[in-house]
Amino acid sequence: MGNAMRVENESKVTPLRMLAPVALELKELSKRYLSSDGGTVQAVASVSATIRKGEFIAILGPSGCGKSTLLMMIAGLVKPSAGTLSFGHASTQPSHPDFGIVFQDPVLFPWRTVQANVELPGEVSGMPRQERARKARELLQLVGLAGFEQQLPSELSGGMQQRVAIARALMLDPQLILMDEPFGALDAMTREQMNLEVQRISIESGATVVFVTHSIAEAAFLADRVLVMSGRPSTVRKSVEVEIERPRPIELMTSDRFGVYVLQLRQLLNVTGDAS
Amino acid sequence: MKASQKTESGASRDTLLVLAVSLAGLLTWELVVRWMQVPQFILPAPLTIAQRVAQDFLSGLIFPHFLQTLVEVLGGFLLAAVIGIGLGTLVALVRIVERLVYPFVLALQTVPKVAVAPLFIIWFGFGIEPKIVTSAVIAFFPILVNVIAGLKATDPRRLLLMRALKANRWTTFCKVQLPGMLPYLFAGLEVGIIFAVIGAIVGEFIGASLGLGSLVIQRQASVDVAGVFSVLFYLSFMGVALNLTLRWVARRWVFWERPSDAVSA
Repeated sequence: MGNAMRVENESKVTPLRMLAPVALELKELSKRYLSSDGGTVQAVASVSATIRKGEFIAILGPSGCGKSTLLMMIAGLVKPSAGTLSFGHASTQPSHPDFGIVFQDPVLFPWRTVQANVELPGEVSGMPRQERARKARELLQLVGLAGFEQQLPSELSGGMQQRVAIARALMLDPQLILMDEPFGALDAMTREQMNLEVQRISIESGATVVFVTHSIAEAAFLADRVLVMSGRPSTVRKSVEVEIERPRPIELMTSDRFGVYVLQLRQLLNVTGDAS
Repeated sequence: MKASQKTESGASRDTLLVLAVSLAGLLTWELVVRWMQVPQFILPAPLTIAQRVAQDFLSGLIFPHFLQTLVEVLGGFLLAAVIGIGLGTLVALVRIVERLVYPFVLALQTVPKVAVAPLFIIWFGFGIEPKIVTSAVIAFFPILVNVIAGLKATDPRRLLLMRALKANRWTTFCKVQLPGMLPYLFAGLEVGIIFAVIGAIVGEFIGASLGLGSLVIQRQASVDVAGVFSVLFYLSFMGVALNLTLRWVARRWVFWERPSDAVSA
C-alpha cells in the first residue's frame, strides 16, 4: 500500500537509472540457423538495445520467437551471425564479463549435494575451498534454503531446485545475471514467490538482470524495462518503461496502474485472450 | 519413506517366494531321480550333489581351483575394465578415434571370441596369462559399449552450463561427463564380470591343470557327474558373489539413482 503513494517519485527514479553507465550494448544482433532442408531460418533479426548497469530488463515474446537465442548470444553461448555485442564502455572489450545464468530447468548435478551444486562455479574458477563453502552457505540462506545444504537435489521440490540454481548463478557475484524463463515450469503460487525473491536479490546485489519470459504479468512486475519481441524472425518491437518504483509488492499485480502496463504489453504482443 | 518400506517388504516377500520355488524345484528333482531310478552318471539327485559339494569343501580339494579361477576372472575383469573405460572414453570424446578405431572394434566383435582362445594359448603359453586374456577379451565389449553410451548420453544442458562457467574440457569431463557416465559404467561392469567368468572357464577348457574349468573337464573324463555339478555350484557361487559385490559398490558410487540397465553389447 505504501508504494502506491510514491507515484510522484517515479519521474526522479527513472532518469537516475538512465544515467547509469552502459552495461551491455547490442547492435543489430541477428542469428540465422541452417535448417534441415538446407535453407536458413532467421531466429533473431537485427536486435539493438542499450542496457544500463543495475537495470532489470525483461525480454518478452511469444514462445519460440527466438528470445532464448538472443539470451544465449548475450551469454556468449551462441555466436551471432551478424551484429556486435559490447560490455561496458570499451566497445571492443575482448573478454566476456562473469555472468550468472539460470535456465528454464534447474540443471543441477544429481550426484552433488545442494551445497556442492552451488559451489560449482567457484570450483571451476578456482576459488579457495573455505571461501566457496562460506559463500555457498550465504547464498543458500539468501534464497531461503538454509538447512538444506547436505540434501541431494532429488530430495527438493521444483521450486527449491530452481532456488539452488539461482544461488549457483550468484556464486561469483556476477554483475550480469541472465535468466531464461526460469520459472516457466513452476506452479503459479511458487512462481509469484520466486518473482518476489528475484526482485529482492536483484535489488540487493545491484546486478544487471536480463530476464527472458513469455509471461506478460511476470515481465511487467519484475522489469524496469520490457523489450517486447515480435514473432520470428524476432526483433524488438518496442521497449516499454515500467514506471513503478521497485521493490514492488505482490499486491501491485491487482492494481489499475499495473493493469495499464499489462494491457499495453498485451496489445504490443498482439495477443488476445489469456496469457499467463 | 512409506513407499520405500512398502517396496522393501515387497522385495523380501519376493525373496521368500523365490526360495520356496527353488526348494520345491529341488524336491521335485530329488523325488523324480529316486522314483525313476535315474543312474548317477546321468543325473545325480540334489542330495548327492550337496554331499559332493560338502566333501569338496571339507577335503579342501576345491580351494586351489577356486582361487585360480577367481584370480583369472579378476585379472581379466580388471584388464577389460581398464581398456574398456580408456578406449570407450576416447571413442566417445575424440572424433578421430571414433571414426578410425571404432569400426575395427565393431568388426572384431563379430568374431566369436571363444574361437580365438586357442590362439592365446599359442601366444601366451599354458600359464595363467591366456586365461586372463580370454576373460578380458570377452568381458571388454559390454564395458566399452556402456562407457560410450554413458558419455554420449551426457545432458547437453549440463555441458551448456559448463560452457557458461568457462570450464575447460578436462574440468567438464571430470565434473559432468565422468560422474554422469557412472550408472552406465556399472551396468556394463555387471555384465562384464559375468562374461569374465565365462572367459576364464573357456580358457581353462582349452588347456589347464588348475581351475574350476579344468576340474570340470577332469571330472567329465571320468563321468563323475555329481563332481561336475559340485564345480558348477562353486562357479555360480563365484558369479553371484562377484555380481553382488559389484552391485554393492555401485550403490555406494551411484547413490543418486538406480543403476541403469546395461546397453546390450
